[in-house]
Amino acid sequence: MRRTDGRETVTAVTTQIPDVRDHRLSKDEIEANFADLHAPLSRSEALIEADRCYFCFDAPCTQACPTDIDIPGFIQKIRSDNIRGSAQTILRENIMGGMCARVCPTEVLCEEACVRNTHEEKPVEIGLLQRYATDPIIEAGTQLFTRATSSNKRVAVVGGGPAGLSCAHRLTALGHEVVVFNRDDKLGGLNEYGIAAYKTVNDFAQTEVDYILAIGGIEVRNHCALGEDVSLEDLRSEYDAVFLGIGLSKANDLNIEGEDKEGVLNAIEYIAELRQTEDKTTLPIGKTVVVIGGGMTAIDMAVQSRLLGAEQVHMVYRRGPEKMTASAFEQALAQTSGVTIHHRAPPSRILGDEFVTGVEFKTDTGEFVLYADMVFKAIGQHTDGIEGLTLENGRIVVDDGQMTSLEGVWAGGDCVVGGDDLTVSAVQHGKLAAIDIDRRLREG
Amino acid sequence: MADLTSTFLGITSPNPFWLASAPPTDKAYNVNRAFEAGWGGAVWKTLGEEGPPIVNVSGPRYSAIHSNDRRVIGFNNIELITDRPLETNLKEIRQIKRDWPDRAVVVSVMLPMNEASWAKHLPMIEDTGADAFELNFGCPHGMSERGMGAAVGQVPEYIQMATEWAKSAASIPVIVKLTPNVASILPPARAAMEGGADAVSLINTINSIMRVNYDTLTMYPTTDGMGTHGGYCGEAVKPIALNMVAEIARTRETSSIPISGIGGVTDWRDAVDFLALGASNVQVCTAAMVYGFKIIDDLVDGLSTFLDDKGLELKDLVGHAVPSVTDWQHLNLNYVEKAVIDQDLCIKCGRCHIVCEETSHQAITHTVDGERHFEVIDDECVGCNLCVSICPVDSCITMKQTSDDTAEKLAWTAHPNNPMRNTD
Repeated sequence: MRRTDGRETVTAVTTQIPDVRDHRLSKDEIEANFADLHAPLSRSEALIEADRCYFCFDAPCTQACPTDIDIPGFIQKIRSDNIRGSAQTILRENIMGGMCARVCPTEVLCEEACVRNTHEEKPVEIGLLQRYATDPIIEAGTQLFTRATSSNKRVAVVGGGPAGLSCAHRLTALGHEVVVFNRDDKLGGLNEYGIAAYKTVNDFAQTEVDYILAIGGIEVRNHCALGEDVSLEDLRSEYDAVFLGIGLSKANDLNIEGEDKEGVLNAIEYIAELRQTEDKTTLPIGKTVVVIGGGMTAIDMAVQSRLLGAEQVHMVYRRGPEKMTASAFEQALAQTSGVTIHHRAPPSRILGDEFVTGVEFKTDTGEFVLYADMVFKAIGQHTDGIEGLTLENGRIVVDDGQMTSLEGVWAGGDCVVGGDDLTVSAVQHGKLAAIDIDRRLREG
Repeated sequence: MADLTSTFLGITSPNPFWLASAPPTDKAYNVNRAFEAGWGGAVWKTLGEEGPPIVNVSGPRYSAIHSNDRRVIGFNNIELITDRPLETNLKEIRQIKRDWPDRAVVVSVMLPMNEASWAKHLPMIEDTGADAFELNFGCPHGMSERGMGAAVGQVPEYIQMATEWAKSAASIPVIVKLTPNVASILPPARAAMEGGADAVSLINTINSIMRVNYDTLTMYPTTDGMGTHGGYCGEAVKPIALNMVAEIARTRETSSIPISGIGGVTDWRDAVDFLALGASNVQVCTAAMVYGFKIIDDLVDGLSTFLDDKGLELKDLVGHAVPSVTDWQHLNLNYVEKAVIDQDLCIKCGRCHIVCEETSHQAITHTVDGERHFEVIDDECVGCNLCVSICPVDSCITMKQTSDDTAEKLAWTAHPNNPMRNTD
C-alpha cells in the first residue's frame, strides 16, 4: 500500500516498474484542462470593473508596474469605450501588454498595490482589464505606432524573446533598422516556449509577435544562435549597436547521484515541447511525477503534469514557503490543481535502475523517499559566459540604461543581473535599452 | 412603526407616496398594480379635451443617462398627455376610486386657454369621484407648442387665469403643477395662489437633449432621423427640485401654500429631503419606471424606520429644515471649519490631494517624511468641502469646526468689506 503522503522506503521505490505513457486523458479532457485560465471580460463586465478604479493620484498600481503603464489612464479610457486609446496607453509603455495581461503575477504587482485592497480587500482586476483593452487591437492588427524618420543606423538584437522584441519594436519606432537574431524556429522566447499553455491559448504568443513586427523595419533571422551561427565580435563590427536578450538557456543541474537516469528531465525542455505540441494527448507523462524547484517554472510543470493526467504530482522545494519565488496565487493554483507541495527538502539521490523510480530527500529531521515515474528539474537556469562581458552570479552586469561592460553592447531580460524571470521586466529592459541606444546613436 | 398616514388638502392616503402623473398612471391596469403594491395615491396621467385623442410618436419616447453599470441617473421623455379617449379614462378612474377608496386618486388635466373648455370638462372629470385636480402647467415638450403645459406655466398671468377657471368649475381641491423652466419659481407660485390654488406640486420636467448619436452625429434619440427636446427627470434633477420647493416654503408670501414635492425621489432619503424642505407629500415617477412599483416597500419602510429613530411624526418632519435655508448674505463669515482626514480610514488613493492641489487651495499633502501620506494643511484649508465630496471612502474626511463658538457672528450684510453693509 502506498502511504497517503506519498513518502515511501528506498526498497519499495527501487522495485517499482516505471509507469510513463501518453493518452492518460481523452482529447476532450485535455482540451478542457488547457483552456483559458481566466476567461476574458465581456464589455459589461469590463465597464463595471473599470468603474471600480478610483483614478488615484500618482497611482500605486502604476508605481508597482515594472513598465510604468498609466493604469488609471487606460482604465478611464475603457470606461468611455475608447478602446484604441486605452490600448495605446498600455502598449506605448509595454508592447507586450497583451501577454503581460495574461502572465503577470498581478497579485504581487499592480493589483497588490491597488488601494481597493485597503478599502474592501478586493483589488480592481487590472490584468483582465488590460487584456480587455489590448485583445481587440492585437487581434485586429490595428496599428497604433509609426516609425520615425530613418536614422540610417542598424542595430543587432540577439534573442527573439520579450526583451529582444521589446527592444526591437522601440528601436524601429525610433527610426533605426533592426535585425533580430533568433535561436529558435519561432519568435517569442519563453512566451512561445515557456509559459504555461493555459495562460496563453489560441496561439496568442504568435499573434502578438505578428503585431509587434507589423510596424516594419525589423528583419528576423531564425535559427541563428549567438556563439554558433554568429559571434558577438562580428555583430559589434557590423552594427551600430548590439542588444543581448539571450535569456538563461542552460538549465541548472541538481548535481546529485542518479541525475542521468532516464525519466529525469529539465522542466523548461518538456514545457517547450508541450507548448509546440498541438495534440497534447500524445505527450508521455508519468503516473507519479516529482518536480524539484520552487519557482514559476516548477509550478507550471507541476500543474501541467496534472492536466496531462499524472495521478500524483509532488513539488518539492529545498527551502520554506516564504522563499518560493512562485507567488501565493500560483502556489494556490498548484494546490487546487492537485499538486502536493513539500517544503524544506533538498533532494539527495535519484533512485532507480536505468529508469528513475523515485527521489530521496534529506531534511533537517531525516530522510524521505517519493515514488517517481518522472522527475522534472526546475531549479533555475544560467547562461554560459560571454567573453568580454562582466558577469555576476552567472548574469550580465548592466547599468541604468541596460548597457553592459562592453562598449556598444546592451542587454536585458533574464540574462542580466536584476532579471527576475518576468516577461514584464524583460519588456522594460528592452525598452530602456532601446531608449539608451537611441540616445547614444544620436549623440555619436 | 411610525404611522405614515398622510393628509394632503383633506385627502387621506395610507402613506405620503403618490405616483406622479405620467405613463405609470395612464391606465387602470397600472394603477391597480401600484395600489396592490402599496402606493398611497396616484395622479392620473394628464387628460385633455374630449374629441380625437392625442397622437404620440411611435419612435423612442424615452432615453437615459447611465452609470457604467447601466444604473439610470437621468431620464428624458417626449411622451404627450394621455392618447386614450377621455371616456375610457373617466370610466377607469371611476372604477379605481370605487375599488380603492382609501387611496388618493387625483386627476391631472391640461386644457386650452379657453374658459369654456374648463367649465365643460372639469365637472365631467369630478363626477368620477376623484379626490382633486392637478393642473398640468409643466410639460415642456409637444403640448407647450400648442399653447398648453409649460407655455402656460412660464407666464404667471396665464397660470392665475387658468387656475381661476379651474377653481370656479371644480368643487374638489385644485393643485397647480409648476414647470422648473423659469428664472424663478416664485412668480408662478404666487400666481397659482392668486388664482386660488389649494396647493402647488413641483417640479415638472426640465427642457433637455440627452446627447448625440456617435455613429450618425445626429441628436439622440430621433424619430425618422429628427429629434426634439424632451423633459428631464430622475435622480439627477432632485437638487433643482429641492431648491424650488425650499424657495416656496421659505418665502413669506408663498410659505402658506401646501406643496407636493416631485423630482428624482428614488429612496426614502429623497422623500425626507422633500418633506423636510417643505413638501407635505411626494410624487414619484422615474424610479417606478426604472425599477417597477416594488420600490414602495423601501420608501414606506425606510421613512417609517427613520421617523421612529428620530422620534418624529410625519407631520413634524414637514418643513423641519426650512428655517435652515437662507440667503448667502446671511451666512456667518466668522464660522470656520477645516477638513480632517481619518488616517485609519484613508486608503491613500490621493484624490483629495490632487484635486485640492490642482483645482483648489494646495491644502493637502502627498508625502510626509518620505511616505505617501495625505494630511490637511490647516493654514491653507478654507473648509471648502471638495475633499469630503470626492473622497471614495465614506466618513474618511470630515469637517471640524475650528472657530470659537463664542465668536461674534458676522454676515456679509454687516461685513466691513461690504460697501453696502448695514450700519445700524
